Amino acid sequence: MTMLFPPQSAKVHPAYDYAGYRSAAKRSPKQPLVILPHTLSELTGPVYGHESVRPGDDDLTTGHAGDPLGERIIVHGHVLDEAARLVPNTLIEIWQCNAAGRYVHVVDQHPAPLDPNFTGAGRVVTDDKGYYRFTTIKPGAYPWRNHPNAWRPAHIHLSLFGHSFLSRLVTQMYFPGDPLFAFDPIYNSVTDENARARMVSSFDLENTVPEWALAYRFDIVLRGRNATPMEH
Amino acid sequence: MAGITPSATVGPFFLFGLVPSTYGGEDVITNNLVTPDASGEKIRIEGRVLDGDSAPIPDAMLEIWQADAAGRYAHPADARALPNAAFKGFGRSPTDSEGRYAFDTIKPGAVPGPNGRMQAPHIAVNLFSRGVLKQMVSRIYFSDEAANAADPVLDLVPPARRATLIARREERDGAPVYRLDFKLQGDDETVFFEA
Repeated sequence: MTMLFPPQSAKVHPAYDYAGYRSAAKRSPKQPLVILPHTLSELTGPVYGHESVRPGDDDLTTGHAGDPLGERIIVHGHVLDEAARLVPNTLIEIWQCNAAGRYVHVVDQHPAPLDPNFTGAGRVVTDDKGYYRFTTIKPGAYPWRNHPNAWRPAHIHLSLFGHSFLSRLVTQMYFPGDPLFAFDPIYNSVTDENARARMVSSFDLENTVPEWALAYRFDIVLRGRNATPMEH
Repeated sequence: MAGITPSATVGPFFLFGLVPSTYGGEDVITNNLVTPDASGEKIRIEGRVLDGDSAPIPDAMLEIWQADAAGRYAHPADARALPNAAFKGFGRSPTDSEGRYAFDTIKPGAVPGPNGRMQAPHIAVNLFSRGVLKQMVSRIYFSDEAANAADPVLDLVPPARRATLIARREERDGAPVYRLDFKLQGDDETVFFEA
């Protein structure tokens, strides 16, 4: 079977039927997954680059009448693949709640205020060195009904494409030292400790902008072809 | 080798981020893949996403990736691609309150498969949802394709389950509509792949 992307790398992902996440109970397959060979259909994928974003898409604090409430932050880092190859010119879609822990989404019922100056959606494209940087406000923690007194640690949702259908990734970026980690089933559905740590950004004093914004670094590692080339 | 970044669910509140037009923004990715230059048969694909109780899932999203009518992918890894073709082959459809999704696209051609075998025309699917911790990978095949019988990937699927991957062709107002539901669990559970 042709498996050009190492299948074992994907084992760090959560199991579909992770018991602590209530919503998974009726939405996880019971039948065995069928192993899919990596054909041209999987080794190709959509290419979304610089043409996908407009000026300002990478700043979630602008585009409204005023400034949003909350702690202004810069999130930045590199997108690379598992063989440490940088992934240039690739789209990252971003969404999050506001500083009070409320999403603009109409279904969100958390009794925290909406912020008329914050929607919480953005887009950024990595540069030719695989580097990205966006500006936002630090999202708040919020309660949800997964279990009694359940709270999500503060997080930013990120969606990436990479080089192929196989490298597609939707993940959540957390903030260092969050006391809610131990109680969060989504964070803990990744059972490998080192892998969990890869979802946590690091505080980056060097890249803070004095008198303006704190900075967090978050490198994102996508699936990629075997490091040892088998063709060409 | 660095370990990869683990997946996390899209959660219930992704619509304003991934389909921003729903909140007054502008979409980069839509459920209409048809471009003015695209040759081939225009088709609609639609169906529902259902949970283990057969209840519709109103907070799911499907993404599809496909070749053009000649079986070429708009990607550098497909050396046969036409560099100036506008047909991108990628689309995204959230489900509505009834769990329905829909795409307008072009019927893809057959594409090369493993060991020199051709694959029947098909579309690659990623399914995202609240309650789904990592995208579920599936495929859409077409009921009017004799090539399904020799498809190397369908070959790997237990025969009794293959029908869950095959969209049924219907005509509506003279236009072709392919219908396929995605059942995440239970009777007639859709075949999902480990890629």
